Amino acid sequence: MSDRRIGVYICHCGGNISDYVNVDKVKEAVQDEPGVVVAKTSMFTCSDAGQQDIIRDIKEQNLDGLVVASCSPKLHLHTFRDVAKRAGLNPYQYTQVNIREQCSWTHTDDHEGATEKAIRLVRAGINRTNLTEPLHSIKINTVPKVLIIGAGIAGLRAAIGLNDIGIAVYLAEKEQEPGGWVAGFGKMYPHGRNGKEIINQLVNEVKKRDSITLFTQAEVIDKTGSVGDFRVKIRVRDQEEIALHVGAIITATGFNAYKPHEDEYGYGMDGVVTLAEFKKLLDKSEGKIIRQGKEIKNVVYVYCVGSRQGDEAEDGNRYCSRYCCNAAVHSSIQALEKNPQVHQYHLFRDMRTYGKFELLLNDALKRGSIFLKFDENEPPQITKGANGTLNVTVKDLLTFGEEVEIEADLVVLATGMVPKENQKLVDILKLPVGRDRFFNEIHPKLRPVETVVDGVYICGTCQGPKNSAESVASALAAVSQSAAILKKGYVELEPLIAMVNREACTWCGECETACPYTAISKEQVQGKEVAKIHEALCKGCGGCIPICPNHALDLKGYTDGQMKAMIDGLLKEKF
Amino acid sequence: MQGQASTDKDFTPKILVFSTNNISDPGIDFAGSSHLHYSPSVSVISMPCTSGVKPEWILYAVEKGFDGVFLAADGEECAYLPDCAERTSHIVHEAQELLTQHGYEPQRLRMSAICSVCAEPFVNHMKEFSESLKKLGSARKG
Repeated sequence: MSDRRIGVYICHCGGNISDYVNVDKVKEAVQDEPGVVVAKTSMFTCSDAGQQDIIRDIKEQNLDGLVVASCSPKLHLHTFRDVAKRAGLNPYQYTQVNIREQCSWTHTDDHEGATEKAIRLVRAGINRTNLTEPLHSIKINTVPKVLIIGAGIAGLRAAIGLNDIGIAVYLAEKEQEPGGWVAGFGKMYPHGRNGKEIINQLVNEVKKRDSITLFTQAEVIDKTGSVGDFRVKIRVRDQEEIALHVGAIITATGFNAYKPHEDEYGYGMDGVVTLAEFKKLLDKSEGKIIRQGKEIKNVVYVYCVGSRQGDEAEDGNRYCSRYCCNAAVHSSIQALEKNPQVHQYHLFRDMRTYGKFELLLNDALKRGSIFLKFDENEPPQITKGANGTLNVTVKDLLTFGEEVEIEADLVVLATGMVPKENQKLVDILKLPVGRDRFFNEIHPKLRPVETVVDGVYICGTCQGPKNSAESVASALAAVSQSAAILKKGYVELEPLIAMVNREACTWCGECETACPYTAISKEQVQGKEVAKIHEALCKGCGGCIPICPNHALDLKGYTDGQMKAMIDGLLKEKF
Repeated sequence: MQGQASTDKDFTPKILVFSTNNISDPGIDFAGSSHLHYSPSVSVISMPCTSGVKPEWILYAVEKGFDGVFLAADGEECAYLPDCAERTSHIVHEAQELLTQHGYEPQRLRMSAICSVCAEPFVNHMKEFSESLKKLGSARKG
């Protein structure tokens, strides 16, 4: 028998549960289960009155376990953990039983079946609760310093942002100079300022500050430790190794430009260039656009090169690169500013000048740029023409497939963004890589710059195509997220992690190999080699548990005993 | 209630589902909030990741009274383990061997990825699995 003192509360949820489940019958069936000292039904357990009632019972009846049978734990697990905590009961001695989404609502056609199932589910919850132990979140003091990897516009702006709120920053850049892609850009939309100018302003600010250290020609070579307390080694100029102690790491490693393969839209032919190459040409042109001594009068742009590739391309880039429509249209306006006589033809699949960039498109249209829409299955053909020109043929969908032939001096391929090759960094930081090979955040809307590795953040184009404004916005999101843990001085981690039964463990190393988070290593305890779980690194996935040949591992909250006890509870046939 | 013969037309197989807190359990919740029906003899235990299910738990469930076990896995969406699907299928393999050794049909264990909005696919899985378990009959015959 149990010597536990468990309170069980069965919720009507208005009628959401009690219209289909006989909650009184559930109460009667479970009130004599081992360990149960209080069993009640409640109209709305989550209401203020419902919560107060539980708190009073916990205190007066000296309860050491709590079960609420109500909605899905996704809704109220934390509500009732908090109720337990307010009453002085350890929150991990609470079990939520889902009798709404997984019972009343899905068995509206079978009241008796739903009631019996609810009884079984509550019994499983009681059995689990009987085997709970008080658990305490793991507290780790944080070092108020951040390592930022990559000194492009995102990394530079993040460094200044963190420093503004009193956090020291190490900024590590792989190249000889900071600034990344934007340092090479000319006029940018909408302010008309030069990319180089913007970067200079940021770099000057960084250099002014004593508590930002900029390393160039630097690469990360090692990382140990965990959130709040990382030890990182970087190698500078291929020789000097520097050890850093930081609380968080922000990855802002940027993108590579898509390089068209030989013959893709005539790439490799003289006169076929990428958008980046064309922008360089524009930036150095005064008045007329001259290339290799010849004036450029007719320009053809081909959009979506290297982006939105269809299923037929193996490992193709399925995504839209997001910035290229805007950049190409912007370039065409700049070309007109240099020489209003230039003729420009835009061969596009879909035009995505979203938000305020729509004004650019209107401007380009007004100034006489011609836009022709092609089908991805019938892409434009580019061949050599007379006198060093190029012949471009395209079927225009906007005129019902009319074939248009253009004689062009220059064909500009609006190339997209591709992820950088960063395998070494991925291995060291354990960065999660998505199917598109960009880095993955935990959740695009709710946790857009955090990764599954606590304390490691991503921002800018290393997580997917962005323009520079969007990169900076995400960089500042990474600033606020990392500063939030560092300014508090400590982090609290969930205690539902793996644990080792040292008596049963004979250290075979299987679990160490199975853990991708390096959370398990070997330790010596009283002359015996056993597994050690690193509390701050364990994610609590449980992936190591079935691997152990000696059954020496358990996941807190989901122990072997608890799982079997729940199965027993689900099978008891007494209603 | 125990030990019905496979010829019993009223036999309703008991199914235990292991789901995952972040992905498949919300999918199963979604079936409920969409008021889709499956048999109340299906019960769900949710955990962080199906890569953490011990084959012994599956055998234990069948020995104690479940007629089938279903792993509602995360597939490629798992936030913990990139090779979650492989790991879970390895567990399925081991558990099926364990079941066979103990005289139970390996078909009593199934696995499929259930996403967080996979309400209908989950319900269909339960219906199909239930049908095939009816053909197998109760796990504890005789």
